[in-house]
Amino acid sequence: MDLTFTPEQEAFRAEARAWLAAHVPRTPLPSMDTAEGFRRHREWERVLHDGGYAMVSWPVEYGGRGCNLIEWLIFEEEYWGAGAPGRVNQNGIFLLGPTLMEFGTPEQKARYLPKMARSEEVWAQGWSEPNAGSDMAAIRTSARLDGDHYVLNGQKTWCSRAAFADWIFCLVRTDPTSERHKGLSFILVPLDTPGVRVRPIPQLDGETGFAEVFFDEARVPRVHRLGEEHQGWKIAMATAGFERGLMLRSPARFQATARRLRRLWEARGADADPTLRDRVVRAWMDAEAYSLSTYATASRLIAGGSIGAEASLTKIFWSEMDVRMHETALALLGADAGLLPPVAPPEAAGWLDGFLFSLAGPIYAGTNEIQRNVIAERVLGLPRD
Amino acid sequence: MHFAFEDEHLRFRDSVRGVLDRVCAPAAVRKVWEDAPAHDAGRWRALAELGLLGLLAPERAGGLGLDEVSMVLALEETGRAALPEAIVDTALVAVPLLAGLEDHGIADPWLGRIAAGEVVVGVGCQPNPWVAHADAAELLLLVDRDEIHALPRAEVRSEPLPHLDAAQRLFRVAWTPSARTRVAAGAHGRRLHAAAVDRGALGAAAQLLGVAARLIEEAVGYAKQREQFGREIGSFQAIKHRLANARVRLEFARPVVYRAAFGIARDLPARGRDASHAKLVAADAAAFAARAALQVHGAIGYTWEVDLHVWMKRAWALETTWGTSGWHRGRLAAAVLDPHEEAS
Repeated sequence: MDLTFTPEQEAFRAEARAWLAAHVPRTPLPSMDTAEGFRRHREWERVLHDGGYAMVSWPVEYGGRGCNLIEWLIFEEEYWGAGAPGRVNQNGIFLLGPTLMEFGTPEQKARYLPKMARSEEVWAQGWSEPNAGSDMAAIRTSARLDGDHYVLNGQKTWCSRAAFADWIFCLVRTDPTSERHKGLSFILVPLDTPGVRVRPIPQLDGETGFAEVFFDEARVPRVHRLGEEHQGWKIAMATAGFERGLMLRSPARFQATARRLRRLWEARGADADPTLRDRVVRAWMDAEAYSLSTYATASRLIAGGSIGAEASLTKIFWSEMDVRMHETALALLGADAGLLPPVAPPEAAGWLDGFLFSLAGPIYAGTNEIQRNVIAERVLGLPRD
Repeated sequence: MHFAFEDEHLRFRDSVRGVLDRVCAPAAVRKVWEDAPAHDAGRWRALAELGLLGLLAPERAGGLGLDEVSMVLALEETGRAALPEAIVDTALVAVPLLAGLEDHGIADPWLGRIAAGEVVVGVGCQPNPWVAHADAAELLLLVDRDEIHALPRAEVRSEPLPHLDAAQRLFRVAWTPSARTRVAAGAHGRRLHAAAVDRGALGAAAQLLGVAARLIEEAVGYAKQREQFGREIGSFQAIKHRLANARVRLEFARPVVYRAAFGIARDLPARGRDASHAKLVAADAAAFAARAALQVHGAIGYTWEVDLHVWMKRAWALETTWGTSGWHRGRLAAAVLDPHEEAS
């Protein structure tokens, strides 16, 4: 065990910090859930890529810089510490990307990963359906093989980024006689395919971060299938493991939030509820614990380990921490918390949007109730329902 | 940066668990409650033979010369077994304190005897109001302002303080400091005292992790065999989610405790802050696990007969040992919100 950074790691940190200081936009970009904001975020991804920082942990041949996960965490600390924009292609670079590297053919990797790294192609996620939410194995969207194509029919929903994205990765039923987890395949679909229709859904904040996607005899080349036919569930679970367990929310983001919360407490704490001081300290404690846990996970993965059901512990922890931190911030802001720009005071910037966004955390990527079932059954060994 | 234990740490933990399963079953702890002294010479020697007691002692004095990172998993096991003996005060706190004295002539014979499992050392200093195991201790290390004093048991008066956790033998100790008993003073004394507090907090935190893990194990075991409404109660989500919550707290307390062990081993500037953080989250994980385990057991868990309270009471006792949660929260808040420190 050694919790200090090597000189090489410190040098990488300094290099990333300097580059970010020179390149991070000085004023926050508009919300990525607007057309203009989406475009600006895509431009920022291109800047990141050209600087070599789009996905530092990817192999160089796919547009990364071949860093290990510890260096990725260092980069994330610098990235969020610099106040850099959210990652518009998160579904691609953090979720589909690692899945492609594990399950994709060489041709698929060469086809998708470099464009993903440049965010020339931005990805949406297509898992949930109107009747397959927490019960994801109830998926009904079908893909019928017809020659060299799959013909898709059905509906996906809560597809994050789909309003403006280019591609969507979907879990669909390729064996019509199958039930539950069997007979599903993982298919990559261009959103401009004839027969695909996207209907944006306004969210709590009024923006359109997710959408419904309808498939009506949409023809998708067979080579867009990732992994073996009917083995989609296994691939989706691997993606979910990356998502819940490590990459979706890197700890640096919460450590940056905890630091902002401390500054807010310095500005507002004197007049606030005295119990909020403890909650500000709790935010620091939680963010530290999450960071330490992630370094331990990264160390384990580097040593050849894997992420299993314990990813569910992680997802519960960060999503509930995020809500608590934002509730604390709103409590510190008091009556100002609900004011919108431009009348909201400067120190309120970002907290209200952040609060609304944090509320989605315990719901997306598998509700926390489902995660608790996973922990109970697969970590603790309690009997299934 | 490599945040993982080495194979030898894991093997050592397994050996300690194996020995404790043999010499410190719940029945042994209950025997201590009823009539036995909390200190059992056979159990203590078994721990010495594992190398646990002299693990931190320098090799010149018969120890292993290892550090807190090598010890923390083993201490977790002592919590899991609800070990009654003064393992934290003797092996984690007193050993480095003695090793840090300028006069090796005083310290080394004691260190050798500790490593051999011949003696227990009691430690009396703030924030602990009392001294644990003063009845079994041959030597007491007591703090008076910035001075450390070493006294044989015969030179102190000890008044026992019966405690809810009957294996927790606490004493109010009266003694008189003198130049003859003083072994360190001034900045050196303050440094040794501060290090003792950080190590004590780390030890209690490690034991609390083990207590929490054991409480969860006990509750899971019960939920898998107890049936109601025609099925195991562990198949109900109300039970599952409560125990999953306990597991989440334990999961995210562990790395905080291990970081504190590393910080103390390397004497890093944030060691005090990190020790307080560790003690807080471990106490919280154990208290939460205790409540969950009791609720999952239902009325049977409320009985004297079932062993569950062996760990519940240890969880409550350790929460106030080497600094209450309130004390540590105050110290942590001061460090985290220090206006002279840039937010980090």
